[in-house]
Amino acid sequence: MNDTALKNLLFRLADDELITGHRNSEWTGVAPILEEDIALSSIAQDEIGHAQAYYTLLADLGAGEPDAFAFLRDASRFVNAQLCELPTGDWAFAVARQYLYDAAESVRLAALSRSNYAPLAQLARKLSGEEKYHLLHGKTWINHLGRGTDESRARLQAALESAFSYALGLFETPADEAELTAANIQLPEAELRRQWLTVVAPVLDGAGLTVPAGRAVEGGRCGEHTEHLAKLLDDMQLVFRSDPEAEW
Amino acid sequence: MYGSTTFTDVKTSPIANEDPDKLAVFEARIARGEKIEPPDWMPAEYRRQLIRMIEQHGHSEIMGALPEGKWIPHAPGFRRKLALVAKVQDEVGHAQLLYRAAETLGKSREQMIDDLLSGKSKYSNVFNYPTPTWADTAVIAWLIDAGAIINQNANAEGSYGPYCRALKRICYEESFHLKYGYDSVLTLANGTARQRAMLQDALTRWWKPIMHFHGPPDKMSAHTEILMRWKVKIRSNDDMRQEFLDQYVPKIWELGLTLPDPNLHKNPATGLWEFSDPDWDEFKRVINGDGPCNAERMNIRRMAHEDGAWVRAALNC
Repeated sequence: MNDTALKNLLFRLADDELITGHRNSEWTGVAPILEEDIALSSIAQDEIGHAQAYYTLLADLGAGEPDAFAFLRDASRFVNAQLCELPTGDWAFAVARQYLYDAAESVRLAALSRSNYAPLAQLARKLSGEEKYHLLHGKTWINHLGRGTDESRARLQAALESAFSYALGLFETPADEAELTAANIQLPEAELRRQWLTVVAPVLDGAGLTVPAGRAVEGGRCGEHTEHLAKLLDDMQLVFRSDPEAEW
Repeated sequence: MYGSTTFTDVKTSPIANEDPDKLAVFEARIARGEKIEPPDWMPAEYRRQLIRMIEQHGHSEIMGALPEGKWIPHAPGFRRKLALVAKVQDEVGHAQLLYRAAETLGKSREQMIDDLLSGKSKYSNVFNYPTPTWADTAVIAWLIDAGAIINQNANAEGSYGPYCRALKRICYEESFHLKYGYDSVLTLANGTARQRAMLQDALTRWWKPIMHFHGPPDKMSAHTEILMRWKVKIRSNDDMRQEFLDQYVPKIWELGLTLPDPNLHKNPATGLWEFSDPDWDEFKRVINGDGPCNAERMNIRRMAHEDGAWVRAALNC
């Protein structure tokens, strides 16, 4: 196997984390309670840090520099799932996205921990420790809102309905999947998706929520995005791009 | 991050109704350097002043999260992005610690936040000034946090145990902010001509609020004697401002930056810094709600609070 498929995988992992972390950081200072300002800021730092770690593996493969990946690429070159780029929305959407995303992340990291590509397996084991708390946080909030007031349950159910198809898009099959599975670098997306559903469905059910039906919204892994990603990148890259040669 | 927010407000005879024996024991404890703890007897005025001060400090932390938090989405590069999220997170964490300390005196977090949103309680004036460029965040992180450390280190030697303990931890974290801020400023100062100009503009813009940070001159807030005796207030505003100027003006000049006050100099005879009047009328106007960003900041805070109402209801049911 040449390393193109591996690099593509690392870009998918990194871009998901960077864009999700960026969105979570938008809650710093304006969350419904102070404790959640702090929690979402921690989660955001973890995710942005994970993105940096994946980009560093790419840098080790000679693909470029982490700051340039994050701050100089255009939207069409990002391969995050569209779920990550959707606007911040209300707290119910933040909870729905965070839980669905982190459940996917935990399944994926567990699989990557056994990857044949040792640097990735090693990193995945390290990140799993942090992701465990994200998942616990998401699950706690699914329960708070699902078992809270009529309004909180209705808002969360609505948020799940709008996020779920995009969450399925996290498992879009990439063009080079056969190479990755043949080399035992990662499991097929369909298998990860199956595992994810077995994690997510009982939790939603237990909180009195309905698992939404729906087809996956795909395209993110091929660089197709909603208009929200370009806007997010305009914000994120504003200062860096004003002088990419400068030290900041 | 907190300086001295308001003119000191002590009634003419705040202890007239207190039991003289209890008051004598209380004052003797403080004079011996003991800490007062939540269940201990304390004069009503001591409680009132401490609540006011700790609450304002807490409000300053959450309002202070806004001008810097605005730049989190734009932070250039992983290093700055991670550091800025962590810094603003710390400030919110400080608010949480401080509200908890104030709660030990009998005012709930909900009441404090209601008073912030209604405009009844104040917060540090500096957060009502704009942050139009990345360099503004660097100047805040270095110099506002530096000013706050001077104030908070002093107050950490105060007489109320829970506030002192919260401040010890806060100062520890602020010292990282200061390093981050100085590193950001240094990078811009040694950067391109454009970066340097951006930094100089931000510093010029922030100098007046920085001079306001430790509060009005002592001659304008006369009734601090009893607060000093009770170790609610430890150092005078003028004293803290002098320390700030002494520590930081030379560092600013070393970087080749200028300050927009031609009269700013250290008088070799007195050892004290002299400077132009930093416009205390503006300070009063901003405190009373008429600053460049008061409305914007309060709107964001109010909107966040209202948007979160259904979430808090779900948690409380």
